[in-house]
Amino acid sequence: MIEIKNIKKSFGEQQVLKGISATFMEGRCNLIIGKSGSGKTVTLKTMVGLVEPDEGDVLYDGRSFTKMNFKERKSIRREIGMLFQGGALFDSLTVEENIRFPLDMFTTMSIEEKTEQVNICLKRVNMVNTNMKYPGELSGGMKKRVGIARAIVLNPKYLFCDEPNSGLDPKTSIVIDELIQHITEEYQMTTVINTHDMNSVMGIGDHVVFLHEGLKYWEGNHKEIMQITGGELFDFIFASDFLKDLRRNAKVN
Amino acid sequence: MKFLEEIGSYLIMMRHAFSKPEKAAMYSKETFRQMKDIGIGSLSIVAIISTFIGAVTAVQFSYQLKSIGLVPMWWMGSIVRKGLILELAPTITSLLLAGKVGSNIATELGSMRISEQIDAYEIMGVNTRSYLVGPKILAAIVVVPMLIVIAVALGILGGWAGGVLGHFFSTAEYIRGLQDNMKNWDVVVMFIKCLFFAFIIASIPCYKGYTVSGGALEIGKASTQAVVLSSIMLVIVNFFIAFFLLGAE
Repeated sequence: MIEIKNIKKSFGEQQVLKGISATFMEGRCNLIIGKSGSGKTVTLKTMVGLVEPDEGDVLYDGRSFTKMNFKERKSIRREIGMLFQGGALFDSLTVEENIRFPLDMFTTMSIEEKTEQVNICLKRVNMVNTNMKYPGELSGGMKKRVGIARAIVLNPKYLFCDEPNSGLDPKTSIVIDELIQHITEEYQMTTVINTHDMNSVMGIGDHVVFLHEGLKYWEGNHKEIMQITGGELFDFIFASDFLKDLRRNAKVN
Repeated sequence: MKFLEEIGSYLIMMRHAFSKPEKAAMYSKETFRQMKDIGIGSLSIVAIISTFIGAVTAVQFSYQLKSIGLVPMWWMGSIVRKGLILELAPTITSLLLAGKVGSNIATELGSMRISEQIDAYEIMGVNTRSYLVGPKILAAIVVVPMLIVIAVALGILGGWAGGVLGHFFSTAEYIRGLQDNMKNWDVVVMFIKCLFFAFIIASIPCYKGYTVSGGALEIGKASTQAVVLSSIMLVIVNFFIAFFLLGAE
C-alpha cells in the first residue's frame, strides 16, 4: 500500500500540487486521472522521488520515503518498477540487456539465471525472440511491453506507469492495459497508473483518483465514475458530444 | 550569480561522479565502452590531422628559416618535435576532440535526459552521476593521452614527409634534429596537459548534457555550449600550464 499525505509542490511562483492525499491499494490498478496540467505527472514523480515535495509525505507500507536519504531510498527503489511514457529504454543496449540491467546491477545471479529471468519476463509480455533487437527497431507498443518487462524483472512490490497508452492505437492500448492488470494481480503489486485515457479508466480502474488544478477532486472506482452527473469530472469524462450522446442513449435504453 | 550557481552545480556533479560505484564490474564495462567510443572513434581523424599538422609545420618553418639562411636545416627535426610535443599535438588534438567527443557526450546525455532514460536509471536506484558521468571522464583521462602520443608520432612522420618531399632537408638531417636537445620535462609537460585537457573535454559536455531540460532544440544548444565552453577552457588552461611549468624551467 502507498499513501500520499498532503503533498504540495511549487515550481517558482506556480503551485502545481496544493495538498493531495490519497491511498493506493495493494493488488489493484490505481489510476490517477485528470486534464493536462492538473498535476498527475508531478504527483507520480513525487511518489517515486524524481521530484521532491515542498510539503507532505509519501509512505510505502508505512515507511516514509520523503524523509529517507539517498542510501535509505535505495532499498525502496529496488521494490519499485516504472514504465515511462516513451518506454525510456536504453538506446545503446539490446532488449535483453535492457531487461537484464537491473539484474546485472543489483543481483549476484549467474548469467544463466539472469538470461532465464529475462526470457520469463519477455514471455510474460509476449515479446519472445526479440532479445537481440535494439529499441530503435521496435514499435511504440513493443517498447512499452519491453518497458514493462524491465519494470517487473526484479519482482517489484510497486509498479508505476506514466501514460502507458500515449501514442498507441486503441487496440494496442487495450493489450497494454490488460497486461498491466494481469501482472498486477499475478504479482500482487500496488500499481499506480497515470492516464487520461477513459478506456483505461473503464477497463482497469479498480481505484480512480481525479485531480483538478492540483487538488484531489474525486475518488472512487470505474463503476461509480459513470454515475457522475456534473462538475469538472463530468466535463473531463464526457468531453466530446459523442460520449454525451452515448451516455444519454444508454440511460434511455 | 547564475554563473556561480553553474560552477557550484558542476563541482557537486564532479564530486558525485567519483563516488563509490554500486557494482564495480558494471562501471568498468561502461568505462571500456566509453574508451572504445572516444579512442577508436577518434583515431582516424586524429591521425589525418596530426600528420598534416606535422607536415605543414615542417614546410612553413623550413621556408622561413631558409629565407633567413643563418640556421642549419637539421634544426627542423628539433623544431617539429618540440612544437608537436609541447603545443600542437596536445592543443590541436584536444580542440578537435572537444568538438567531436564533446558534442557526442552532450548530445548522448541530453537525449537520455529528454527521453527519461536518466530517470529510469534513477528509479532503479542507480547513482546516475556516478554511472553515466564518471566512466566518461575516466575513459577520456585514459584514452586522450594515448591519442595525443599517437598524434605526436604521426606529426613527426608528417614533418619528415613534408620536409623531404619539399627538398627542405634530408632524412639524416631530420633524424639528427629529432635526437638533439631532447628534454624529458617536455614530455612530462605534455602529459600534464593531456590529463587536464581530457578532464575538460569530458566533464564540461557531461555537465551540459546531463542538465538539459526541454526538447530537441535545447539538446542542440547544450551541445554547442559544451563545445564552445570546453574549447575556451582548453586554451585558457593551456596558457596557465605553459606559463607555470615552462616559465619555471
